[in-house]
Amino acid sequence: MAIFRSHVLICGGTGCTSSKSDQIKKRFEEKVKEVNLENEIQIVSTGCFGLCEEGPIVIVYPEGSFYSRMTIDRVDEIVDEHLVKGRIVKKYLYEDGSKDDKLKSLGEVDFYKKQLRVALRNCGVIDPENINEYIARDGYMALGKVLTEMTPEEVIKLVKDSGLKGRGGAGFSTGMKWSFAAPNKADQKYVICNADEGDPGAFMDRSVLEGDPHAVLEAMAIAGYAIGATKGFIYVRAEYPIAVHRLEIAIGQAKELGLLGKNIFGSGFDFDLEIRLGAGAFVCGEETALMQSIEGKRGMSRNKPPFPANKGLWGKPTIINNVETLANIPQIINNGADWFRSFGTEKSAGTKVFALGGKINNTGLVEVPMGTTLREVIYDIGGGCPNGKAFKAVQTGGPSGGCLTADHLDTPIDYDNLIALGSMMGSGGMIVMDEDNCMVDIARFFLDFTVDESCGKCTPCREGTKRMLEILDKITEGKATMEDLDKLESLARNIKETSLCGLGQTAPNPVLSTMKYFRDEYEAHVKDHRCPSGVCQALLSYVITMNCKGCTKCARLCPVGAIEGKVKELHTIDQSKCIKCGACMDACSFNAIIKK
Amino acid sequence: MKSLDELKKLRDESLKNMEMRDTGKEIRVVVGMATCGIAAGARPVLSSLVEEVAKRNLKNVQVVQTGCIGMCIYEPIVEVYAPDKEKVTYVHIDEEKAKRIIAEHIVNGNVVNEYTIGAVEK
Repeated sequence: MAIFRSHVLICGGTGCTSSKSDQIKKRFEEKVKEVNLENEIQIVSTGCFGLCEEGPIVIVYPEGSFYSRMTIDRVDEIVDEHLVKGRIVKKYLYEDGSKDDKLKSLGEVDFYKKQLRVALRNCGVIDPENINEYIARDGYMALGKVLTEMTPEEVIKLVKDSGLKGRGGAGFSTGMKWSFAAPNKADQKYVICNADEGDPGAFMDRSVLEGDPHAVLEAMAIAGYAIGATKGFIYVRAEYPIAVHRLEIAIGQAKELGLLGKNIFGSGFDFDLEIRLGAGAFVCGEETALMQSIEGKRGMSRNKPPFPANKGLWGKPTIINNVETLANIPQIINNGADWFRSFGTEKSAGTKVFALGGKINNTGLVEVPMGTTLREVIYDIGGGCPNGKAFKAVQTGGPSGGCLTADHLDTPIDYDNLIALGSMMGSGGMIVMDEDNCMVDIARFFLDFTVDESCGKCTPCREGTKRMLEILDKITEGKATMEDLDKLESLARNIKETSLCGLGQTAPNPVLSTMKYFRDEYEAHVKDHRCPSGVCQALLSYVITMNCKGCTKCARLCPVGAIEGKVKELHTIDQSKCIKCGACMDACSFNAIIKK
Repeated sequence: MKSLDELKKLRDESLKNMEMRDTGKEIRVVVGMATCGIAAGARPVLSSLVEEVAKRNLKNVQVVQTGCIGMCIYEPIVEVYAPDKEKVTYVHIDEEKAKRIIAEHIVNGNVVNEYTIGAVEK
């Protein structure tokens, strides 16, 4: 095997690829060839490094130099200077806001200091399309250990003892789930990986699949051995083309090496895997709907019991685990339950990956031990809200979760704490909002999403969420009464209690939690017909103040001719014509136009 | 895959190329790779150091390049940094000398005196 003297790792996650990291890689390859270094420098496309805000990211080893916001035209200079002459191109290195100097290497970046990477341990470190790099990092050792040294009962006990809970949202003990399916007798059992990640703003599972697909395959084979299943399905949405592509490559490589297929490790255990593409319906992340979809039927949830562990896919005992849950399994096997329990809290062991988005400086993917506070994640890792704006709330758990306020910032993140506060862990989306976000509008956004995504099978979810959305529309238009607020609340509680599946049972959470913590904002919309954050268009008006110099710029720009005034005289806006597009305010050079 | 041993063998083989990405190593072997160094033959020196470190599976050693050290007349220059020890500067290094440095200095801890700048300057 050729030994290279330097490795160039280029992020090949979806985020960096959309800002042309694939072309950057191509240029690196061309340029390295031009200077005849192709046998000395290895260029590798990896999974997500996490700091998506600063992408595309390129890391050069052995120095570990962290180049951020790479562009194609910087490649030649980096090759000529760094790779040929050994001079790190300092001006292109990532700059940490808190330090005077540019950073030299990965380990010095604040963003990573508080993180603990278990599920993401290989993301950004290995080439996901090369099984040897996964194996170099102890890949498939856990499967080997399980098949040659452990009984299925021992595997289940170990997973149970580790305290691992489902990372998809509900937080059910993974070991328990496996133990329900194991004793069931059947001619066929199934293992399903739920990769139907659908929460707006969440991309944890996608990143694991893109950065470390073999970890998921290995875990599924381990799960198969534990419950006695020989067949697995990965249900992944078609909107994740890079993840699907890498999974296909990974499955092919694993089969070639005999790590999937017949008689693995000579143990007599067979395990085969297939990918099933979802069309992107949110409800198919719900396990019963997901199984319907795999069976080729319309994705609709059904009553539980029977639970999938007893009657799942095609009526056979089935376990369904989320991507991130599975990514933890090989390391639990290799390092033991106590090792895993040493991270996190008493009741929530291990780590959790969060997709940090919204009004935050360091948008990206972070993994922290359970019990880390929201403040640490949002400020120490996320870098706080941009432009000096005040933090207002953080939304966790996507359309099923709720909003937490500044008062909750010191809450340690774990399953129980978040539920106690009216939100939930969810799959790990974390959307930060600042003073410019209207909480009614946020609740409306999430409900609009669930109304679209409801499968329509049960009435509370199909009809109820629609009625809730109508009330929210009335509120944002300033047409609602205080009675409507009460109606909204009781409707929300009813839907929560009577819906068939998790989608409907959690859909009202964003509304309930914002009503609980931001009732004043709801009341301002209803009583004063005012949106305190200046978001709800129907309640806004644009006004020209005395600062107006009469330059006529706004009048010329207004698309509906709503602004009148003579040169060098104060202009006025005709409110009956104004469509509140905001073009005048953006254009005014004197800050004379304000939103009220 | 027939056995765990087969997997372990593949892992150890693959690991050699991955060692590079671990930045927490204590011993640094630095090669001057400015125009002067390259002209004097630093490239093959660097390659042979990298190969030797990989072959001997030296997990605590990082081979890096640097710019012009300033004594172009002595290129190729190789410097060895180890914790709590004085920096050792080797000059006029070629591939064979590089291998000897790894074997005697890095592995056995004996500085190859005859290649050091102090010896050559005399």
